[in-house]
Amino acid sequence: MSYALTLAARSAWNRRLTLGMTLIAFVLSVALLVGIERVRTDARDTFSRSVSGTDLVVGARASAVQLMLYAVFRIGDATNNMRWDSFRMLENHPQVAWAVPLSLGDSHRGFPVLGTNAGYFEHFRYGESRALVLAAGRRNKALFEAVIGAEVAERLGYGEGARIVLNHGAGEVSLAAHDDKPFAVVGILERTGTPVDRTVHVSLEAIEAIHLDWQGGARIPGFSIPAEFVSKFNLAPKQVTAALVGLKNRSAVFAVQRQVNGYPDEPLLAALPGVALDDLWQIVGVAEKTLLAISAMVVAVGLTGLVAVILAGLGERRRELAILRAVGARPRDIFALLTLEGLFVTVLGAVLGLLMLAVATVALGPLVELRYGVAIQPRVVSLEELQWLGMVVGVGLAASLVPGYRAYRLSLADGLMPRT
Amino acid sequence: MGELPVIRIRELVFRWPGATAACLDIPAFEAPRGEHLFLYGPSGSGKSTLLGLLGGVLLPEHGALALLGTELSGLAAPARDRFRADHVGYIFQQFNLIPYLGVVDNVLLAVRFSSRRRERVMARGATPFDEACRLLDRLGMTGDLLHREAVRLSVGQQQRVAAARALIGGPEIIIADEPTSAMDAGLQSVFVDLLLTEAAAAGATVIFVSHDHRLAAGFPRQLALADINRAIAVGEAA
Repeated sequence: MSYALTLAARSAWNRRLTLGMTLIAFVLSVALLVGIERVRTDARDTFSRSVSGTDLVVGARASAVQLMLYAVFRIGDATNNMRWDSFRMLENHPQVAWAVPLSLGDSHRGFPVLGTNAGYFEHFRYGESRALVLAAGRRNKALFEAVIGAEVAERLGYGEGARIVLNHGAGEVSLAAHDDKPFAVVGILERTGTPVDRTVHVSLEAIEAIHLDWQGGARIPGFSIPAEFVSKFNLAPKQVTAALVGLKNRSAVFAVQRQVNGYPDEPLLAALPGVALDDLWQIVGVAEKTLLAISAMVVAVGLTGLVAVILAGLGERRRELAILRAVGARPRDIFALLTLEGLFVTVLGAVLGLLMLAVATVALGPLVELRYGVAIQPRVVSLEELQWLGMVVGVGLAASLVPGYRAYRLSLADGLMPRT
Repeated sequence: MGELPVIRIRELVFRWPGATAACLDIPAFEAPRGEHLFLYGPSGSGKSTLLGLLGGVLLPEHGALALLGTELSGLAAPARDRFRADHVGYIFQQFNLIPYLGVVDNVLLAVRFSSRRRERVMARGATPFDEACRLLDRLGMTGDLLHREAVRLSVGQQQRVAAARALIGGPEIIIADEPTSAMDAGLQSVFVDLLLTEAAAAGATVIFVSHDHRLAAGFPRQLALADINRAIAVGEAA
């Protein structure tokens, strides 16, 4: 049996070209399967740790999932803003402990810009009730000052004192730049593993200021207000995109939600983050299952190719099997030889697939985090992934029994003389 | 002689599944220890079948076939495989070597599947590797030939490696099935001489099957399969 393993390995190496090609297909399929599983769990992790301690997310009426997506995860755009007096109503509501305004819509080199106030740094929590901490510098005080997330600082190489120009709109490439009113980076936040890392934080007043001479998404032609004069204007915000709300007593959450949803002056929506996330998983779950099913089928295709190649090679190897029989190999040794060969390639494929995924994670992880805000954790293998791999190897073993059995039958029929 | 014959056949009948006529019908055949027998058998004479029976891969329909006093049909299939590994060395017509194993590893294959043959090598105070090299050397395979890939050897060289494999660990029976048919005439007799010399040194019985009468000269006993087989030859492959 132990020698069958050596023989299987050397035989596989001897046919490394054909087996290698099927191995590549198999490695890719394993990497795909585990990769999808990895993105799936990491996306969930990233999303569920993005907001904590916030009882309600309030915005203009839309779907709760959409509201969560743009207000918390900075994905997509708000269809409507909410008026400032609606925010004031929230802030002054007797049940509300704190409310943090969020004003979105601008960007800096693809990173979203968030206009907010000091309450954000006081009340925002992520992960397990963790507060935001400055890694360097201080909070923004003056009008054209910004605090940036860890990812922004690292990706763009910004330190304290860096001068940055905001762009109108959320795209990475934008022709409309607020280049007449640059900001100074005064603080850098510690890494959180949430969308905060990708965010440039400025004050609500700054958002108003850079849009003073703008109308309908473009600069008013021939009209420009220099940065040094903007303080002479009324910079009180007129509207915000959304608000994070913390209650004095959590048990009032449904009552407050009802009141906000029925607010007569403006159609608003109050969403419970946990419930909205569950809704999101329900929607995403279908796509996830479909993706997993497709990648499982890709693995099946890879395994089928592998079995086909081993079976195809069997015809040429009848002589070899007869020699092994002549020196005393039992039919079950022949069975083991062929089955081990398939198993060998399967295990190798699983290991290489993981390795390839690790390389891909390191190489592409930052891009995925930048584009989609999902932090893919580089790791060797998780318990769940190990279960997937176990299944793959199990199916591989089952599939390898096919050439094993075929060789077993052949060697019984051929004996010492292959009949060709 | 009183000594047990190495091969003893009595009233053996073998029929391929589905065939009406018997392929082999051998009333009696014996080969004593150490005998070198030339068995003349053209294609279709049933010699492959006889070799399969001697190897315990095929079983007779009835009759007795005993090797070294052991009735093969009395053994279960795995035991027959083990018996073959322990007591019989084979040399086939050609393609005797496993293409992905080196020369020495091809020889060592025989002791990998038979602990008895490995122990017999060790009992002589040699490692299997040394013994394989010694046999290869005796058969004229030396130097860098030992490190060459099996598939890059000439047919004559391949057959010498096969002979070394058949001989290692001193099996009592060597069965050579047309081992020289793919060689040049000049090399044939050299090979037969080497094989018989080494077999004699090991005290092994040799059954040398060929359709070529010219090779019979070196053998003390010559026999035609047709003389011991009463069945009428029914076109059999190989």
